[in-house]
Amino acid sequence: MFNAIDRDAERQRVMNRRTLVLGGLKAGALSALVARLYYLQVLEGDHYTTLAEDNRISLRLLAPSRGVIVDRGGVPLAVNEQNFRAVLVSERTDDVDETLDKVVKLLPLTDADRRRILRDVDRLRSFAPVTLRENLTWDQVSAIEVNLPDLPGVSIEVGQVRSYPFGEQAAHILGYVGVVSEQELQNARDPLLSLPGFRIGKSGIERKHDLALRGTAGTSQLEVNAVGRVVRELARNDGQPGHQVTLTIDAKLQYYAQQRLAEHESAAAVLLDVQTGGILALASHPSFDPNQFAMGIPQDLYDALIKNEASPLTNKVVAGHYAPGSTFKPMTALAGLEAGVDPTHRVFCPGHYDFGGHTFHCYKKGGHGSVDMHDAIRMSCDVYFYDLARRIGVDRIADMARRFGLGDKTDLDLPGEKAGIIPDTKWKRRTYKENWYDGETLSVAIGQGYVTATPIQLAVMCARLASGGKAVKPHLTKAVEQEYTEQTTWPDVGVKPEFIQRVLAGMAGVTSAGGTAYAARITQPGMEMGGKSGTAQVKRITMAERNAGLLKAERPWKDRDNALFIAFAPVQAPRYACAVIVEHGVGGSVVAAPIARDLLLEIQLMEAARAQQADAGATTAPGTPPATTTTASAPLAPGEGTPR
Amino acid sequence: MINLDMGLDPQSNMSLGEKLGQISWSLVLLITAVACVGFAMLYSAANGNFDPWATRQIMRFAVGLVLMLVTALIDIRIWLKFSYFLYGIAFFLLIVVEVMGHVGMGAQRWIDLGFMQLQPSELMKVTLVMALARYFHGASLEDTGRISFLIAPLVMIVAPVCLVLLQPNLGTSLMLLMVSGAIFWLVGVRLWKFALVIGSVLAAIPVIWHFMHDYQKNRVNTFLNPENDPLGHGYHIMQSKIALGSGGMFGKGFLMGSQSHLNFLPEKQTDFIFTMLAEELGMVGALVFLLLYTLLLVYGYVIAMRCRHQYGRLVAMGLTVNLFLYMFINIAMVMGLIPVVGVPLPLISYGGSSALTVMIGFGLLLCVHVHRDVRMSRRGMGDF
Repeated sequence: MFNAIDRDAERQRVMNRRTLVLGGLKAGALSALVARLYYLQVLEGDHYTTLAEDNRISLRLLAPSRGVIVDRGGVPLAVNEQNFRAVLVSERTDDVDETLDKVVKLLPLTDADRRRILRDVDRLRSFAPVTLRENLTWDQVSAIEVNLPDLPGVSIEVGQVRSYPFGEQAAHILGYVGVVSEQELQNARDPLLSLPGFRIGKSGIERKHDLALRGTAGTSQLEVNAVGRVVRELARNDGQPGHQVTLTIDAKLQYYAQQRLAEHESAAAVLLDVQTGGILALASHPSFDPNQFAMGIPQDLYDALIKNEASPLTNKVVAGHYAPGSTFKPMTALAGLEAGVDPTHRVFCPGHYDFGGHTFHCYKKGGHGSVDMHDAIRMSCDVYFYDLARRIGVDRIADMARRFGLGDKTDLDLPGEKAGIIPDTKWKRRTYKENWYDGETLSVAIGQGYVTATPIQLAVMCARLASGGKAVKPHLTKAVEQEYTEQTTWPDVGVKPEFIQRVLAGMAGVTSAGGTAYAARITQPGMEMGGKSGTAQVKRITMAERNAGLLKAERPWKDRDNALFIAFAPVQAPRYACAVIVEHGVGGSVVAAPIARDLLLEIQLMEAARAQQADAGATTAPGTPPATTTTASAPLAPGEGTPR
Repeated sequence: MINLDMGLDPQSNMSLGEKLGQISWSLVLLITAVACVGFAMLYSAANGNFDPWATRQIMRFAVGLVLMLVTALIDIRIWLKFSYFLYGIAFFLLIVVEVMGHVGMGAQRWIDLGFMQLQPSELMKVTLVMALARYFHGASLEDTGRISFLIAPLVMIVAPVCLVLLQPNLGTSLMLLMVSGAIFWLVGVRLWKFALVIGSVLAAIPVIWHFMHDYQKNRVNTFLNPENDPLGHGYHIMQSKIALGSGGMFGKGFLMGSQSHLNFLPEKQTDFIFTMLAEELGMVGALVFLLLYTLLLVYGYVIAMRCRHQYGRLVAMGLTVNLFLYMFINIAMVMGLIPVVGVPLPLISYGGSSALTVMIGFGLLLCVHVHRDVRMSRRGMGDF
């Protein structure tokens, strides 16, 4: 018994000792837990706090609203419109198929749409809205809204879509917006571009001023749970909406110009302010509807635009280069004057000019008889300029043309501008590795041969003449936000004013009695225009054709001559310059000149009316408020109403 | 002699009132306090709702409390007598789940009793302790020194461990092994024998690895390198560490744990509930909680030390080690110290089976305390 108790005591001693060891082990393990807690929560606490916040907070970009584009008077040319789209949140409906069946009765959904929708429903989280259809009409929106109780999970969301109120009429100036391409995405650093559905400027002003128009991204800090469902918004920064861009364009004149060109198959016209270089109208026909591009143009419509041989997508004012024909003659004349040619020197025109074994024809078969420089410009005598050019050489002509803005881009704020070609001896050696033939000088003298120019270059050339030799540069942007960027003082082209006056007088003669464009003159006193017609060969007329006396109108359209006209007005104190080309329109003075006349007359009439209104507003201002919005806005734009 | 016997055995036949008076009500209070922390956390886990977890947990705890008291009041000699029998039932149930158990969480572990799902492996954690205590109750140091004497208990351990491993449930089988190891250690098995066993187990690891399920291998791999696979198997432990760490010293506040409430934290109401506690209440809260838990363990120790018979001592120690292992494995797991083995935190984690067995365990602990001075013969049945 005692033995047993002894053994019991021994057993207990061992156990107590070992219990102590076990307790020690546990204490050690507990310490490890505490140490780990300290490490995670105190030492690494900040690190894990950051990670927890990263988990919790999802930063979403908010697309800023794109800046509007307005004309010089504030008329909106490109705005943002509400765009309604129907979306489906799949978790809110029991049966997606059934809901879609009901939606189809209200909205046309193709089978392809349906497949895409079902794929998105599978792919996206059940709380993520799947777009059923975009760009709903108002009728469709109301049909959906009325039937919402029968359409579980369906709702209408409002977005923004770019809208161009003038549609086709200003498409070539404004360009359009479109979705970001893969390549653009790779090169860009702006996170906005990766936003689904975000659109950027693809051409025209939309592209040129894309960064200003775009604005900066806003952010929304959202608290999200583990599967990405938004719990609440923690903070929001709406970002900076895009800047407003004010153009020098006059919406009314622009509309008029585009309409005026629509009579012809393919034509372009541009009218600018001689002093500022601000472009008031820039029209290229045929045009396209930028609204279709902003919405996402259907492939068949796009193909039709691409295939159209009048190339509606090309802005011919800046991207079409044409032989300027006789509109180039003022340059030849100026070069002659600067080279010391006496303007009173007379040349006899028998209708052709023989040089180096070749016969160069004047457009007038019977010839002009004896002409001096003034007559030669007025009647557009080719032989006079053959003779003049032969005496002064091509390099002087090219130099003069370049000083007036030809042969190089005008740096207009539109993408896609072409430089045109002003050839000289160096150019030929560089380009063709050949020497210049004197015969080629004769072609250059009348704006044919290698010479090409864009309508904007011709308008600039005309403006530089009309301004008395100021190196005016054209532009479309008047202001971005409120910062005016217009330049009004220009360097001199370095030609003696009396030479320019002499050429201008010749151009005034063009629309006077006996001039080529007398029929297209402006008769309103004080608004008269001067100009220069041009009819440029597209295809060389063969001897056989000339002998056969083939009528120009009988040739295929594509082979007919281009009709050109450059003009300025008013003649006494030029303020506007303009260039018009009607592709294959045949007669510069007959087809192009009336367009130039109409544009120049229209802008002058508009200004006169505005000045009158401003006067009326000024007299009625004390006491009675102005009656119309136009008069009300007039004082806000100083200098707008009074002719400069 | 008889007098002495009488003097040593004042508790032979206590009345119910006497027994109730002997129950350590402070321990009951402590258990209730820890359980209340659990209710609060479950309330938070449901984003400030009593449903679906807190209410049911409270009801279960109430049932468990009754069960615990009933267990405590039953004479310990009855428990001693039925130790092998209860072990046999648990072992039988283990075989039943192995043969026809329901498939849940990829492992056959449950028997559906209609009102709750019974996990025989949980039951085994208690009954194995009882059976081993029963076996070693009358064993002298000379007995435990003989290897032949140790063969029977080894079989008692290895058989259920193998069954639980087959389920497969790595966490519980390890716990069974460790609790048994602790009892072997306490009854005086020499250290070199442990070294021998541990050595041979280490040598067997490559073989075991070969026979492990892929998900078990993944768990070990994930433990070794959780950041490698943030959205796969390492995701849980990564998010748990983020939740814990972001709690900082003072926590994000009750109901304010972003990781838990935004569902980044997996299984926040069961295995990862400590993470939520530490996220919301910070290191201070976690330390207070650990302190409460440590107090529970200290109670277990004190009860074991004050018990005058070997059976009671071994049961109390075994159950305390069991409780400690639950807590340690769970907390070490959520803190990324050991692989994710799926062990709940007793009294805190939401769940039926483990809560019930834990309460029965506490009941036995209280029973040992109530019957600490009961005289029992070496063979155990003597004076009943």
